[in-house]
Amino acid sequence: MKFAGLLVMPAGFFLSIAALVLFPASNAAARAAFVLCGLAVEALGLVVAVRGHMEAQGKNRA
Amino acid sequence: MTPDLATNPAPVLSEATFVLVLVLVLLLLAPLAIAGVALINTGLGRSRSAAQALLGNLAIVAVAMIVFALAGATLAGTLGGAGHRFHVAGKPWDWLGAGPFFLGGLGSAPAQAQLGLLFELLAVAMAAIIPWGSGADRLRLTAGCAVAAVLAAIAFPPLAHWVWAGGWLSQLGVNFSLGAGFLDPAGAATIHVLGGLSALAAVWITGPRKGKFPQGGFATAMPGHNAVYILFGCLLALAGWLAFNVAGAVLWMHAPLAALPVTAVNTLLAASGAVAATFAVTRIRFGKPDASLCANGWLAGLVASSATAALVSPLAALFIGIVAGIITPLLVEVLELAVSIDDPSGAITVHAAGGLWGLIAAGVFAPQAGQFVAQLVGIAALLGLMLPLVYLLFWLVNRIAPLRVEADGERIGMDLHELGGGAYPEFVIHRDDSYR
Repeated sequence: MKFAGLLVMPAGFFLSIAALVLFPASNAAARAAFVLCGLAVEALGLVVAVRGHMEAQGKNRA
Repeated sequence: MTPDLATNPAPVLSEATFVLVLVLVLLLLAPLAIAGVALINTGLGRSRSAAQALLGNLAIVAVAMIVFALAGATLAGTLGGAGHRFHVAGKPWDWLGAGPFFLGGLGSAPAQAQLGLLFELLAVAMAAIIPWGSGADRLRLTAGCAVAAVLAAIAFPPLAHWVWAGGWLSQLGVNFSLGAGFLDPAGAATIHVLGGLSALAAVWITGPRKGKFPQGGFATAMPGHNAVYILFGCLLALAGWLAFNVAGAVLWMHAPLAALPVTAVNTLLAASGAVAATFAVTRIRFGKPDASLCANGWLAGLVASSATAALVSPLAALFIGIVAGIITPLLVEVLELAVSIDDPSGAITVHAAGGLWGLIAAGVFAPQAGQFVAQLVGIAALLGLMLPLVYLLFWLVNRIAPLRVEADGERIGMDLHELGGGAYPEFVIHRDDSYR
């Protein structure tokens, strides 16, 4: 689960980079929104990785 | 015999020369930041691991600097130097430096390039000791050195190139009209967020100290062993941070002489605001101020100032520090109690979260349009590329040479296990009640 989360994070990065290439500077709002979406995907990956850590930690306690 | 000052006037220095001399002097003070963090790391660990902790800091600084000089500096490159680039959508993406091997030609390089390399050497040493504090009381000495070598050779150089040496992040303004490109004058991203994320990866791989999270109970409190080290480390770190922030403003932002005192004032205000806020939060929350959390708050303010001191007004710097100081004690508590992360030095909160907040604040308070998005793209690179990369690297290191010491070593203390003697040989060593 931790690895899955860490694999999702680069996907978010490439989404953010895609925003720069796909949207022109004149469309700043759409570009910013796309970059934020990329960061949201990264945050999702981080949450999954953290959940994976907590799960493993719980098993070690038991 | 007294010199005749009238006939032998002092040589007139141009402002540019004076600024370069000033940067050199400042960079000679910057190791105080490393010394401060090393003392804090040691004080926040246990007494039976204190000598190993401080020796580890020394060894890690040495390994990081040697590896960076031999291999990393080539990949980091220099501003205006050669680099590897590809083109997408008609824009160049400069992703890796191509400097000379083994610091070749350094002696004949311009003074600014030499000072830049000195800054990077100190920066990589600082980044490398951050995970050591989080792995306190369980990370082997050799593992700490291996982690430092990996950081200095593989993770730090590309990031330093992207941010400081004309890489794609610094060119976001030119290529995509995003403000002045990603701004990080004193290493909030390259030193602190990278170091903090490395600390997270190291802690995930090594796991918590034995007895930290017992079965069916709350986390065991394992307070630092020496509050004097911790708080004196904060004062030492302040001097080093002033040096890093002012030198970084000159080297990477080309700030004029007139802008440097404000940078120093902003550094002081951010740290002061942060420690005052943490003092108040811990006073309200626990009834008394907490010394180690106040130290963490102070450092978090300094870390946030690394991104912002050269860019914002004094009032904004104070606000940034206060926010860092409020976030720090709350996040330390959340990571320990809710997420089960055992981070003795609080490095994940102080360096990763404090650095990320500083980078965001730099975007919020910067006057240029598009700066906020440039900062977000930089943060996306740190979280989306650097965290998975350092986790993978540390995981591989752990497969080859385990990061964590054997259970017996943890029980008797890292000093006896790894060094054969304690830091305080005349002290009585008490039984460890945390083992249940």
